[in-house]
Amino acid sequence: MWRRWFPRSPLPGRAPGLAVSLIWLACLLIVPLAALVVRAASLSPAAFAAAAWSARARAAYLLTFGTAAAAAAVASLLGLLLAWVLVRYRFVGRSFMDALVDLPLALPTAVAGMVYSALYVPNGWLGKWLHPLGFHGAHSRTAIVLVLTFLGLPFVVRTVQPVLESLDAELEEAAASLGATGWQTFRLVLLPALVPGLLTGFALAFARGLGEYGSVVFVSGNMPFKTEIAAVLVVSRLEEFAYAEATAIAVVLLVASLSSLWIINWLEQRSHAHAR
Amino acid sequence: MLARSSSSAHGAERRIVGEPAWLRVVLIGLALTATTVLIVIPVVNVFWQALAAGLGVYLKNLWRDPDTRHAIRLTLTVAPLAVVVNTLCGIATAWVVTRFSFPGKSLLVSLLDLPFAVSPVVAGLMLVLLFGRQGYLGPLLQAWGIKVIFAWPALVLATTFVTIPFVARELIPLMQSLGPDEELAALSLGASPWQMFRLVTLPNIRWALLFGIIQCNARAMGEFGAVYVVSGRIAHETDTMPLRVEKLFQEYNNPGSFAVASLLTLMALATLALKRWLEHRAQAETPPTQEPA
Repeated sequence: MWRRWFPRSPLPGRAPGLAVSLIWLACLLIVPLAALVVRAASLSPAAFAAAAWSARARAAYLLTFGTAAAAAAVASLLGLLLAWVLVRYRFVGRSFMDALVDLPLALPTAVAGMVYSALYVPNGWLGKWLHPLGFHGAHSRTAIVLVLTFLGLPFVVRTVQPVLESLDAELEEAAASLGATGWQTFRLVLLPALVPGLLTGFALAFARGLGEYGSVVFVSGNMPFKTEIAAVLVVSRLEEFAYAEATAIAVVLLVASLSSLWIINWLEQRSHAHAR
Repeated sequence: MLARSSSSAHGAERRIVGEPAWLRVVLIGLALTATTVLIVIPVVNVFWQALAAGLGVYLKNLWRDPDTRHAIRLTLTVAPLAVVVNTLCGIATAWVVTRFSFPGKSLLVSLLDLPFAVSPVVAGLMLVLLFGRQGYLGPLLQAWGIKVIFAWPALVLATTFVTIPFVARELIPLMQSLGPDEELAALSLGASPWQMFRLVTLPNIRWALLFGIIQCNARAMGEFGAVYVVSGRIAHETDTMPLRVEKLFQEYNNPGSFAVASLLTLMALATLALKRWLEHRAQAETPPTQEPA
């Protein structure tokens, strides 16, 4: 039995390596996660429901999902545009643009949130022009979507870019030689090949947006029922020492983001199976 | 712009079929506009606001404010600790996952991804529930006189939690595709395990390893949500650089907060530049004939 589970190997380091990684993940990941689950389970169902499903919490979930989905959709569109331009065209500033796409992954979210709120307030660099036009990019729902779009952009670009690079030019040539217009070629030949990558990018951006705190807290204004997202609500409950309520809301948020991660994996496996 | 016969050669002429010139110009223009508005203008604005009152005030904001100086030092202590732990454990995990089979392996790999799915705020809450004064381990630690929450150990734990995946995620696909052949050859030639690791494994994975480390470091230095929850935000004690940015911003000290933010932005830009350089190095070293299996 033992040998079937751990087949003999000439390579060294299995036992110590396994021990290190189990201790690492147990201490940092599993035990804290267990603390959350145990705390949530110790609440009575009625108390859990009252905390996790209050009117204020429901408004926060709705806003969190809505803004994360809207931002992921905008990031998908812009990400497709950027990936398309980066892969297919050569122009001045291309490699600069290619490098800058990763900035949202490296820039601390607090900095992103702060500078976005400074840019879009009525006397900010961009707010000065956009506010009179009715575009309120600070202390509003639009502001949340805007900053989450910034954060989601690299996920879409980096999943779509390799797919575009791997596409065979002969497919487009064949379509053109059969009389397809450019738009038809894009819609019927290229887009279907890009859809799995786009969906993965969308899901990654969405999952990132669901849990985001650092940037949103700066831009949204955090008005209960209006611009308060779930992560901000968790923190304000914690600051009131309402641990039970914070835990219940956190569990809902955790289940939502885990589900979106599972969907990502499922999509990836499906598209791999499709490719074979 | 017309179709070519399909018998024509690949390579240089690959992009004969394409969009009309006006469409290219429009698309490039839109992409440049989006990059400028979403990424370039915010970066420029950070430095603009930091330097708005002049270089002298900027430097004074950074070096004359004892709380800011403490925050910089704290971040430069906490982030490397998290990076070292996650690098060593990440290498160990990538090694066992790609070189051995054992029950529960796929579960272990999916656990590695978990921190990406957990909101940083929820990660911080978990630590509070565990180590806080009313937490499961809190009373025990208090009896021993160990302070975790609202002290630097919680900052390290929270930062390590959110950066768990970075190094391991970078190494696992690479080590999987490399396979164990070279390492087995080294062992059969009489290398000790340490020699095998130092002379065969490490040179093979070094660019991916560095890539993972700098990404891990960028996230560790910039982490806000998880650290915010566990730190208590005590000035001169548990304020890291991102927390200091927030505090100065709340105090309407814009030049001060943007001065600290400009350091973090410089760190992010340096990360991007290093990533670029690593990609070039890795590409230069891969022989062009070698196709991935």
